[in-house]
Amino acid sequence: MIKAKKLISTILVGGILLSSLVGCSNAGSTSENAGNSNVIKIGGIAPLTGDVAVYGVAADNGVKLAIEEINANGGLLGKQIEYVVYDDKGDPTEAVNAFKKLTSNDKVEAIVGAVTSKPTLTVTPLAVKDGIPMITPTATALEVTSAGPNIFRACFIDPYQGEIMAKFAAEELKASKAAVIYNTADDYSVGVAEAFRDAAQNFGAQVVSFEGYNGDDKDFKAVLTNVKSQAPDVLFIPDYYTRVGLIAQQAKEVGITATLLGADGWDGVLGVNPEAVEGAYFCNHYSTDDTATEVQNFLKVYKEKYNEDPVSFAALGYDAMKILAAAIEKAGSTDKEAVVKALAETNVTSVTGTITFDENRNPVKDVSIIKIENGSNRLFTKMSL
Amino acid sequence: MTFLQQLINGIHVGSIYALIALGYTMVYGIIKLINFAHGDIIMMGAYITFVSLIMFNVPIWMAVIIAILICLISGILIERIAYKPLRNAPRISARITAIGVSLFIENLFFKIFGGNPRPFPVLIDPTPISLGSLQISMVTIVTIVVSILLMIALDLFVKKTKTGKAMRAVSEDHGAAQLMGINVNTTISITFAIGSMLAAVGGILYSTAYPQIDPFMGMMPGLKAFVAAVLGGIGIIPGAMLGGFIMGIAESFTKGYISSQLADAVVFGILILVLSLKPSGIFGKNVKEKV
Repeated sequence: MIKAKKLISTILVGGILLSSLVGCSNAGSTSENAGNSNVIKIGGIAPLTGDVAVYGVAADNGVKLAIEEINANGGLLGKQIEYVVYDDKGDPTEAVNAFKKLTSNDKVEAIVGAVTSKPTLTVTPLAVKDGIPMITPTATALEVTSAGPNIFRACFIDPYQGEIMAKFAAEELKASKAAVIYNTADDYSVGVAEAFRDAAQNFGAQVVSFEGYNGDDKDFKAVLTNVKSQAPDVLFIPDYYTRVGLIAQQAKEVGITATLLGADGWDGVLGVNPEAVEGAYFCNHYSTDDTATEVQNFLKVYKEKYNEDPVSFAALGYDAMKILAAAIEKAGSTDKEAVVKALAETNVTSVTGTITFDENRNPVKDVSIIKIENGSNRLFTKMSL
Repeated sequence: MTFLQQLINGIHVGSIYALIALGYTMVYGIIKLINFAHGDIIMMGAYITFVSLIMFNVPIWMAVIIAILICLISGILIERIAYKPLRNAPRISARITAIGVSLFIENLFFKIFGGNPRPFPVLIDPTPISLGSLQISMVTIVTIVVSILLMIALDLFVKKTKTGKAMRAVSEDHGAAQLMGINVNTTISITFAIGSMLAAVGGILYSTAYPQIDPFMGMMPGLKAFVAAVLGGIGIIPGAMLGGFIMGIAESFTKGYISSQLADAVVFGILILVLSLKPSGIFGKNVKEKV
């Protein structure tokens, strides 16, 4: 315990020192032509440094790629898009600063961001007060869009994934008995698991086992032994891929033969333990082997520009910008109310599917169900509720 | 059947705790030091096996031997460099040094390998063997068999060999042992070597069962093994073994029959209960302070 405390304080002190250094160097990319009316200014908020930088950079890359494409095709309403992005470091306070800079200094017309849920939640009340059209590519927390009528998002929410997987288990896999194990310390895991449990009943599958485990555990055999005694047809494990690798391995060891199911946190599990998850299914925002032209084009251009395969955050960043651009085009101006109204009526086909919004401004779109086959991800089917 | 399966799960993880607890208890027995760095030797054993397998592509048996040897040498070095100069200092100084050594090793590995968890290669096929309706994986069998063999070997070593006798003598009384012609320094080094070797094996077995390694992975099993050693009576070898098995089985039953969140609470609750009834642990002798 003493060790842990000491360690934490060392990390904290180090972190404070580091962040004070970083703070000076990140002034953002403000432009000189603030009064230029030949451009449409779009603001971005993303964690470009810090713990969650991997996600922020990917989403930001996606947004930039979309803007480049739009500009190359003649821009929006005959004007070029200018993109101003500030780093929120995954921190709520920084996100508020970024928002204030974007709205008062840069006078942007709309905002794409933020990327993670917490910073997004702190910015939304300000955005609602201002009325500025805002779309977050990837913040999944349920409350994000309920803040006000001008907040939208491009990703599906956590409960949606649970419902889709329940439907998939019951209708495609014909499962009659389902088991769920989830991480009690993680909101994402709990949210998806509960949605699955509640939806499974409606689709005709019985949830025979619903068990929680501790987030920092490494031994899941006791829980899995209980699951096994119920002999389920499918076992749903909504957690992040590092833990999924451990759980799947131990499920095999205790002799569970049920088909394993997962959610978007599984993206990356092949790098951890491909043998243990062979034959499993999980849902994701898009699949790289989707043959739709939008997807294949996106893959090609993204790879040319950034020299790596786009993760789903990049795809969602790209789609968020495309949705926003389509709404501005449809509104015919950058008038806030007109753009918000056009956003609500969105009907865009892009990388992550054909997107419309429900009354809570959450996207209604197909979810890609991916099957792990011979050690690689294969698009199995696309589903919606 | 579920009951039996849960029991086997408990014995599996308990035997790993017991192996690690032996190292704590032996070191405490001989120099009255709680070696906080012991948990990090577990991590070291896992990482060295990982590196030899992945980067140097050596066969499994060789990787295991390399890991054991390097951990053994590290154990001796840690004692010589960090603890020996403090042998006559107040105990608190040595204890703080032990925390320092632990932080040093953790951060050294953090610096070299980064903080991301890495997948540990699959050493044993996870497909279970069926005995009636009971299913036991090869990993579990190997872990339990290896642990029990090592414990028997250790017991024989301590009871039957000359070095073992010397270890017991030094733990009774340093000064008297020295007067009888026992080389105290060598005996202490051997104790650290054996403890670290068991920790290395424990680390490899632990990572085989839970195939994911990171620089801080030794903390939790180290802490639990320490509790196991205290539970059985610190300084007493059979106590550490019993403590390890009690911990593992209690953990498994709590997770299986009550709730996962309560597992640690129950395990530490047992510790509190035992210590309040018998402060020296299950096998502990009541030692009166010498005046």
